[in-house]
Amino acid sequence: MATEQDKLLEEVTNREYQYGFHTDIEMDMLPKGLDEEVIKEISRRKKEPEFMLEFRLEAYRNWLKMESPDWAHLKIPPIDFQDMIYYAAPKKKPQLESMDEVDPELRATFDKLGIPLDEQKVLAGVAVDAIIDSVSVKTTFRETLAEKGIIFCSISEAIQEYPDLVKKHLGSVVPPGDNFFAALNSAVFSDGSFVFIPKGVRCPMELSSYFRINAMNTGQFERTLIVAEDDSYVSYLEGCTAPMRDENQLHAAVVEIVALDRAEVKYSTVQNWYPGDKNGKGGIFNFVTKRGICKGDYSKISWTQVETGSAITWKYPSCVLMGDHTVGEFYSVALTNNYQQADTGTKMIHLGKNTRSLIVSKGISAGFSQNSYRGLVKVSKRAENARNFSQCDSLLLGDKCGAHTFPYLEINNNSAKVEHEATTSKIGEDQIFYCNQRGIDTENAVGLIVNGYVKEVINQLPMEFAVEAQKLLQISLEGSVG
Amino acid sequence: MLKIKDLHAKIDGKEILRGINLEVKAGEIHAIMGPNGSGKSTLAAVLTGNEAFEVNEGAVEFNGQDLLDMAPEDRAREGLFLSFQYPVEIPGVSMTNFMRTALNEQKKHKGEDPLSASDFLKLMRDRKKLVDIDSDLTNRSVNEGFSGGEKKKNEIFQMAMLDPKLAILDETDSGLDIDALRIVANGVNKLKRSDNATILITHYQRLLDYIEPDYVHVLYKGRIVKSAGKELARELEEKGYDWIKKEFEE
Repeated sequence: MATEQDKLLEEVTNREYQYGFHTDIEMDMLPKGLDEEVIKEISRRKKEPEFMLEFRLEAYRNWLKMESPDWAHLKIPPIDFQDMIYYAAPKKKPQLESMDEVDPELRATFDKLGIPLDEQKVLAGVAVDAIIDSVSVKTTFRETLAEKGIIFCSISEAIQEYPDLVKKHLGSVVPPGDNFFAALNSAVFSDGSFVFIPKGVRCPMELSSYFRINAMNTGQFERTLIVAEDDSYVSYLEGCTAPMRDENQLHAAVVEIVALDRAEVKYSTVQNWYPGDKNGKGGIFNFVTKRGICKGDYSKISWTQVETGSAITWKYPSCVLMGDHTVGEFYSVALTNNYQQADTGTKMIHLGKNTRSLIVSKGISAGFSQNSYRGLVKVSKRAENARNFSQCDSLLLGDKCGAHTFPYLEINNNSAKVEHEATTSKIGEDQIFYCNQRGIDTENAVGLIVNGYVKEVINQLPMEFAVEAQKLLQISLEGSVG
Repeated sequence: MLKIKDLHAKIDGKEILRGINLEVKAGEIHAIMGPNGSGKSTLAAVLTGNEAFEVNEGAVEFNGQDLLDMAPEDRAREGLFLSFQYPVEIPGVSMTNFMRTALNEQKKHKGEDPLSASDFLKLMRDRKKLVDIDSDLTNRSVNEGFSGGEKKKNEIFQMAMLDPKLAILDETDSGLDIDALRIVANGVNKLKRSDNATILITHYQRLLDYIEPDYVHVLYKGRIVKSAGKELARELEEKGYDWIKKEFEE
């Protein structure tokens, strides 16, 4: 049986990454390398106000004093930060009046990815901000949203048009000197999305950002800022892909969420960056800082992530539960195959009274991959009646991969109730045979079993994306049982 | 429908089946009885293609095809069904999704179009009624948290959905209370037609009060040592297996 499964595994893992194409678009790029001049040039090209340049330079000076973190269960080859391009933008990118003005090559790219930019063709009820390399190309449904006072645009535009809002919140959750990769992002970020939901408004559609790395030798540093005022609600989704390349590319993003009184923000990610080939060559380094603050009482932030891509993932979407009665949630599926490595999890920081957090993490490891869950639950002295429940499950496919769980607890208040459950399992041959006996072949059986295993998390995704995520898991895994 | 010729099979080098011969025709119900460890479940496992067992001799023909040459899923798609002695739990996978996947694989194999969602749900309702299964069972994950009786009833429900040509029921009666036993037996009786067949593997005669077999075979030490009509079951019930053992030990 084992040899047959190995064969199957080989066949499937030899399957090419579906999104690995490259588009020829004329690019406007800065030369390789990073110094204060480069940062000033980025800021100049983006016609930024003075405060932004200061923000960037402060971050850069912080970054120079920092070192790349080495505490994760990851083997990260040294990165030459001078051998990288920090700004690349499609050349034909004037202010767009209509879809007809979008570079046809670009439109074709997004069509290929199944992300039509034409509003009539867009998935019903989803507004999209499409970002290629460093620049936002098109944001759909802006006018519809503006009627409700919702701002959904690229962060560059927000810096120009709503400087006060940006100045107030940017860096308020992830400060410019937070960590090595966040500092780098703060210094050089070129674009990303900005969302503002005014008081009492329930955003009527899913907001979505689509990130695409295209140019060679570039790093992608996007910055997302979401502000939800009192009694507002928004559900936001990001997706990402990249071409297949032999060298590694760095993606160091920062996402900040601010939720005020009774606001609710749901943030979902389907991460499918190029994972490298089956021998571990190439692939994206996905070093991302995501953090939300439940600033107002009774507010809620919920992170859902489905991580299947990237050569290395280093990512801990976190919630700072500052207001009383606030809720933080983290639902995660992290799948690693071949030589992928993932060290991902969350931090739940309980500061307010009666705060609650929930962590559901499902790791799936196949091939020679290493998959770690790392999570911190911290209850501060004044956080009366804090509650946390953590469920961390690992599923192993084959015996050459690794699954690890690193839970950290810091409890400084006796009224806290914290529960942690962890399981590790393998897909049983008896489960597969049971499916076989009903006419379901082994590949489909594995897909079915894995999708059953991650159901709790997938159910948190908006409908259309849940289906996509299921397919993605199946494609990334089929047959990898040994 | 099924022709087994001189079938030998082993697990971990130990021979369990030592020359089975059996022919099952359409429209027939065969009961295979025997003491524990005689090879009854092994026979079911070998016929359905469980790779833990190795066939070292013999041949099996299923509707004119070489059964042993087929992958387990193809055997199932060709109409071979096993009601498991110990049905397996698959957490998070709904019965609906599981059955729909299975049924559509069968359709694909036959070159037919998959069922539409509404036709599928209609079929589910219909089959549930036929075998008298609570709708609650099909709303849950495959066998997850089911009681022993629920698992067995669920096997019969799946059999009703997949409408096999040949169904093998491996100790489906064991551990059932009288009500569950009746539901299982009624299901099997209702599904019986002139163009399908059933093999009942059982330790006890009890099930045969509800399902009337055409033939009863006694399996002992990997061979069928006695075959007769349904009266053999009653004889076994009265006398136990000891007389058979005695007869064949010598």
